[in-house]
Amino acid sequence: MLRPSTSLPRRGQGPLWRNPAMRALVIQAVLFIALAGFISLLVHNTLLNLDARGIHTGFGFMDERAGFSISQTLIEYTNSSTYGRTFVIGLLNTLLVSFLGIIAATIIGFLVGIARLSPNWLLARLATVYVEIFRNIPLLVQILFWYFAVLRALPSPRDSVSLFEAFFLNVRGLVIPDPQPLEGFAATPWALLVGIVITVLFSIFAKRRQMATGKALPVYWIGAAIVIGLPLIVFVATGAPLEWSLPELTGFNFRGGINILPELVALWLALSIYTAAFIAEIVRSGILSVPHGQTEAARSLSIPGAITLRKIIIPQAMRVIVPQMTSQYLNLIKNSSLATAIGYPDLVAVFAGTTLNQTGQAIEIIAMTMAVYLVISLTVSFLMNLYNARTLLKER
Amino acid sequence: MTATTSNSTFRTEMIEARRAPDQRRGVSGWLRANLFSSPLNSVVSIVVILVIARLIWPLLEWAVIDANFIGASRDACTGAGACWAFIGARFDSIIYGFYPEGARWRVDIVFAMLAILVAWLAVPRLPQKKWVALFALVGFPIIAYFLLLGGSFGLEYVPTRAWGGLMLTLTIAVVGIVGSLPIGILLALGRRSQMPFVKAVCVIFIEFWRGVPLITVLFMASVMLPLFVPGNIEFDKLLRALVGIMLFWSAYMAEVIRSGLQAISKGQDEAGKALGLSYWHRMGLIILPQALKLVIPGIVNTFIALFKDTSLVLIIGLLDMLAIIRAGLTDTNWLGFSTEGYVFAALVYWVFCFSMSRYSQYIERRLNTGHKN
Repeated sequence: MLRPSTSLPRRGQGPLWRNPAMRALVIQAVLFIALAGFISLLVHNTLLNLDARGIHTGFGFMDERAGFSISQTLIEYTNSSTYGRTFVIGLLNTLLVSFLGIIAATIIGFLVGIARLSPNWLLARLATVYVEIFRNIPLLVQILFWYFAVLRALPSPRDSVSLFEAFFLNVRGLVIPDPQPLEGFAATPWALLVGIVITVLFSIFAKRRQMATGKALPVYWIGAAIVIGLPLIVFVATGAPLEWSLPELTGFNFRGGINILPELVALWLALSIYTAAFIAEIVRSGILSVPHGQTEAARSLSIPGAITLRKIIIPQAMRVIVPQMTSQYLNLIKNSSLATAIGYPDLVAVFAGTTLNQTGQAIEIIAMTMAVYLVISLTVSFLMNLYNARTLLKER
Repeated sequence: MTATTSNSTFRTEMIEARRAPDQRRGVSGWLRANLFSSPLNSVVSIVVILVIARLIWPLLEWAVIDANFIGASRDACTGAGACWAFIGARFDSIIYGFYPEGARWRVDIVFAMLAILVAWLAVPRLPQKKWVALFALVGFPIIAYFLLLGGSFGLEYVPTRAWGGLMLTLTIAVVGIVGSLPIGILLALGRRSQMPFVKAVCVIFIEFWRGVPLITVLFMASVMLPLFVPGNIEFDKLLRALVGIMLFWSAYMAEVIRSGLQAISKGQDEAGKALGLSYWHRMGLIILPQALKLVIPGIVNTFIALFKDTSLVLIIGLLDMLAIIRAGLTDTNWLGFSTEGYVFAALVYWVFCFSMSRYSQYIERRLNTGHKN
């Protein structure tokens, strides 16, 4: 006869080391003590070493005069600015190249990713070749290639490659016209803002109308017309108050216009081309992840092809694409730190490079640099989690 | 029975002959289906062909037809194309760095061992994978360490300062993967642990390394690590970089392995518990063998990324392959060949990474058999 055994010890009885809860507690306590001991040993050693080298810890250096010049400054900076200012300058330069890179990489990536799925055999193969070449070559090699092999080989300012006599490409970078706003220009950005607000309101109205009556309005066309048209009308009505300062060759260099550093161009090219190869793969896998049955179902409901794409395929593909794309954006931001290899003044080059060498405050500076990237990463991851929660497949 | 009338169910006259079906086979059929299926497609095809023709021919001319391959100095480069003689002249240092010439046979032995081990592990048909893998992870690094560094067994001591070129690149890559894999496994297990403190430590560790760029890690390793040890201990520059690289990549490895652990059903673990197996037995005998096999493609992809990123050590002054090529470009005898130098570097990295990515896709296909929905 089967009967529950009565000889087994009840939970909580028996030797202490057989108790899982107790064991977990002991393991964690040991880990805690070991970790605390290790960290305090590191701190102890560091303090001794810093003392021996005569370095004072603390952030006092941030208010000291930096005294070196930086080749690209988005905000005002002079030789008498502080080290704290160099931090901001470097951060802004990092953000600038990351922003430009993200835009270009997204555009190239989407084009190549869609081309890989093209029914045209040649185009699809060309896109595959692009992806396989650029994602398998280290980014650093690509940056050095663009900088030293391509941009350094460009002609001197006197023999610049020119486009419409307004854009000039030479060994010192890319010179572009500089817009000079005159009096009354301020109305145009306001008009743009108003246009955007109207478009948002209009799209909400159109959606409600569609929900109520089933009739769709051409939101995209009307929206585009408002966003572009309104500022344009205001711009012309106020007498087109914008002047372009065209670059002009005087002697050995250009005067007027904005000179974009060759370092920025090289870094931007390499970052966008490299990241685009990864984005292309993400876009492709995202589109392929939508089951073919969805397209077939749409066709059997006689939904037109364009609407199938816009309302059925893309929203579902986006659920796969966006999270991976964000992590590529983060990679791009982190990879922009390779700027230091060609001397583009980004956060790592200016702050963790020159400033660190001049002040010797290794711990503070490395910690601040890492903290910047960490904050960016964690913020984006947090936003991503919100997005994921919002677009999660709602199952009943 | 009368003759069929006009409203009969049966036809009285023959159906007209249909047009022959489109040629779907052969070259012309293929062209029509893949390149010229619609007017738009035809235009796209022609544009692509033109672009390729504009790109490929000058490239071929530069790289092969007008190029000079052999020569001892820049005088050998007379053609309008590439000067591969530059690479030829530097080839030894690109492979060995400044490793003393008399001792290069030691590097060759390590290269050969590495090639055999990798081939053995990569070809699915070969037996005894477990023991070979164990040797590759434990025995091989020890042998390679004594062979490369020397100083014992009557071998001449070669300081890591003299290491360089492809040999250093591979050293960093192999140490990186051999070191980061076990740490990554521990971190992945720790992140799934029931113990809150263990889990928190692992999560913080992983998210920290994943959130910062490798360059700052290398800077930290080269600037801050010497501060962490008592002042009298000399910390080798290469070792510092290796510690940084291992810690950095172990976090990425942990996330890859965690995805494999998540794919193993809970029943496996519960079955192990029912058999009375301890945690490490369950992990070592049941969960990890399945999980690791699942994530081989992910591990290979991480390794590709690691391999590409070994090039960053040039920023902290180690002479890996890229750094050696870069140094060669500043040689006054060979000025102006940066295109050749970087194209060659790109080609070497590309061959390694592309073959690894192909291998990872091959394994993925093998693992996928029968599981595709």
